[in-house]
Amino acid sequence: MYKIILAIRYLLKRRISYFAVFAVALCVFVVFVVITVLSGLSAEFKANTHLSAGDCIVSSKSLVGFGYYQEFIDKLMRTDFVEATSPVIRSYAFVEATYESSETPEFSYTLGILGIDSAAHSRVTAFGEWLGFNKADAGNSFKPSYDPNLPGCVLGVGVLFGRDSEGNYIVPEEVPKYRVDVRCFPLTAKGALAKAGTGIVNTKTFYFSDCAESKIRADWSGLYLPFDEAQMLCGMGMEPKRVNAIHIKFKDGVGLDACCDKVEQLWDEFAEEKVGVSGANLLENVRVQNWKMYNRHIIAAVETERIVMMIVFGMIGIITVFIVLVVFYMIVSHKSKDIGILKSLGASNANVLSLFLGFASLIGVLGSLIGAVGGWQFLVHINHIEDWLFRRFGFQLWDRTIYAIGDIPNKIELNVLVPIVLCAVAACLIGAFIPSRQAAKYEPVETLQVAQL
Amino acid sequence: MSSDNIILRAEGLYKSYLMGTTEVRVLKGVDLSVKRGEFVAIIGASGSGKSTLLHILGALDKPDKGVVRFEGRDLGVQNMRQLNKFRNKSVGFVFQFYHLLDELNVLENVFLPIMAGRGIIGWLGCRRWANKRALDLLGELGLGERGKHKPYQLSGGERQRTAIARALMNEPKLLLADEPTGNLDSATGNGILRVFEKLNKAGQTIVMVTHDERIAERAGRIITLVDGKIENKSTKV
Repeated sequence: MYKIILAIRYLLKRRISYFAVFAVALCVFVVFVVITVLSGLSAEFKANTHLSAGDCIVSSKSLVGFGYYQEFIDKLMRTDFVEATSPVIRSYAFVEATYESSETPEFSYTLGILGIDSAAHSRVTAFGEWLGFNKADAGNSFKPSYDPNLPGCVLGVGVLFGRDSEGNYIVPEEVPKYRVDVRCFPLTAKGALAKAGTGIVNTKTFYFSDCAESKIRADWSGLYLPFDEAQMLCGMGMEPKRVNAIHIKFKDGVGLDACCDKVEQLWDEFAEEKVGVSGANLLENVRVQNWKMYNRHIIAAVETERIVMMIVFGMIGIITVFIVLVVFYMIVSHKSKDIGILKSLGASNANVLSLFLGFASLIGVLGSLIGAVGGWQFLVHINHIEDWLFRRFGFQLWDRTIYAIGDIPNKIELNVLVPIVLCAVAACLIGAFIPSRQAAKYEPVETLQVAQL
Repeated sequence: MSSDNIILRAEGLYKSYLMGTTEVRVLKGVDLSVKRGEFVAIIGASGSGKSTLLHILGALDKPDKGVVRFEGRDLGVQNMRQLNKFRNKSVGFVFQFYHLLDELNVLENVFLPIMAGRGIIGWLGCRRWANKRALDLLGELGLGERGKHKPYQLSGGERQRTAIARALMNEPKLLLADEPTGNLDSATGNGILRVFEKLNKAGQTIVMVTHDERIAERAGRIITLVDGKIENKSTKV
């Protein structure tokens, strides 16, 4: 009982213990806020990546693509786990956009082409929800509202429009009239550049019909074209017609990895069946991946950044251990008389050790609670705080005109908070253990004599 | 001297310390025995080894050589747990500088030996009894109204009486006092000695260390320690 009383009194009466509590609180606060925000950004990025790709992607390793995709799609649709599919053409093009009757292009970029059937692609991905003007009917996304008979195209929202200080794209009320000239390098089935004048179209003019905001890279570098048009532009329209990928959405409740394995097995069987047909060699150059693997190069970068930050803040935790260690060395040296007194009254080494470890736990729990509550409150108000800072000082944590971030992610996850609190308490116990053990080993007669001096 | 009546016996105690590289021999073969109910004063000049002797008698320190027997049990062969129990139950210490815990109030300081010897459940089980005992002791020592005060709010005499109450809390068979009046003025010191005399009359065995002959004369028997050895064993006239 005296251990509890003394631990509480030491905490309340020794100002130095306030420093330890403050250090722990600050550590928990910082780690909690940073991990929550970074994890939120990472999760948001992953979610957007997932929404842009569907669950599973059957894709060619080269821009040449692969044929017989419709047969494979039919095969997939006969299974009980595939909800929807979308064949996609992927390539690159020189793009010039010219506003209305202007003679001079407003911009000239190299963009990534995504040839899609907008309705089918909306069933597999969130394409329909990203549209600026045709959310209600993604099927009309390639029909310019100012002249539905013109061939339309959808540009990544960042290609045409800038952002305001809150990170929202400044999209006009009505679809602006842009002429978009697309120049492609069509490839033959053998991977060579198709010659001009052989019937393969390599230049075509489209008209801006919509924009898409997926919050991933395509917003700055993506051009969505009607599937058939893109297929022709890229030289994939000759029999056997080719695509670069088939995006697949699985039915709800089925396992992602298990279904990807099934798709892979189906693909292997399909490729086996096609041995000997024209373009069969291209079927060997196809891989089946889940959305994470398909986007691993970009997910890995975000994850690496998150892990590096966690390591950096883990080091803050180690610093906290040292702060607690130093504080406890000081407390133990100040309290050596108490240790001698307690031992003269029959307290054992274990009693003294548990007294100081109990004290350390109190510091850990109190510091963690303060840090957690502070972090919680800070996260709840983080966007208000940032808004206020921006209004008052023009400061933004992430410049929204540059970074594709809306609100700062602030979803509080107990599975993040609880381990941080437990680690903080453990850090206090680790930091306090050596000085506490030293205190427990003090000979009572030595400490009492020192106290008399 | 009947051996049955001996509560504490020390035989051939030697103790030395290293001061840098020099060995300082503090006790050089001390023999003594204390009878139940005795009030013994150990007197000696500063550095004669009297405090060291008291610490060894109370198992706060170990001799290099020699045996201390408490009620016939050799303290040298007791394990840590038994020694902790001995310090908790069988002896009570009173120090020159009181050695109260500043963070606790008077009542909590007096409770300490009870709490140190028991877990939370044990303490809760005897709390009512402990509270009565502590209040009785404080009342007897004139500190009935001081229970909630912190040590820094007390005078030197009051602190020492608090220390005595703490030492007596577990009804120890032996009270060891190391210069209990050494930090007090003579009037307050007298008051403390009167407490000791009263306790001794009630049957409490006391061994007190002092360098002051006038204080030692208040004890029933005086043992003089000179240069680490007992020079004479005298009984008060």
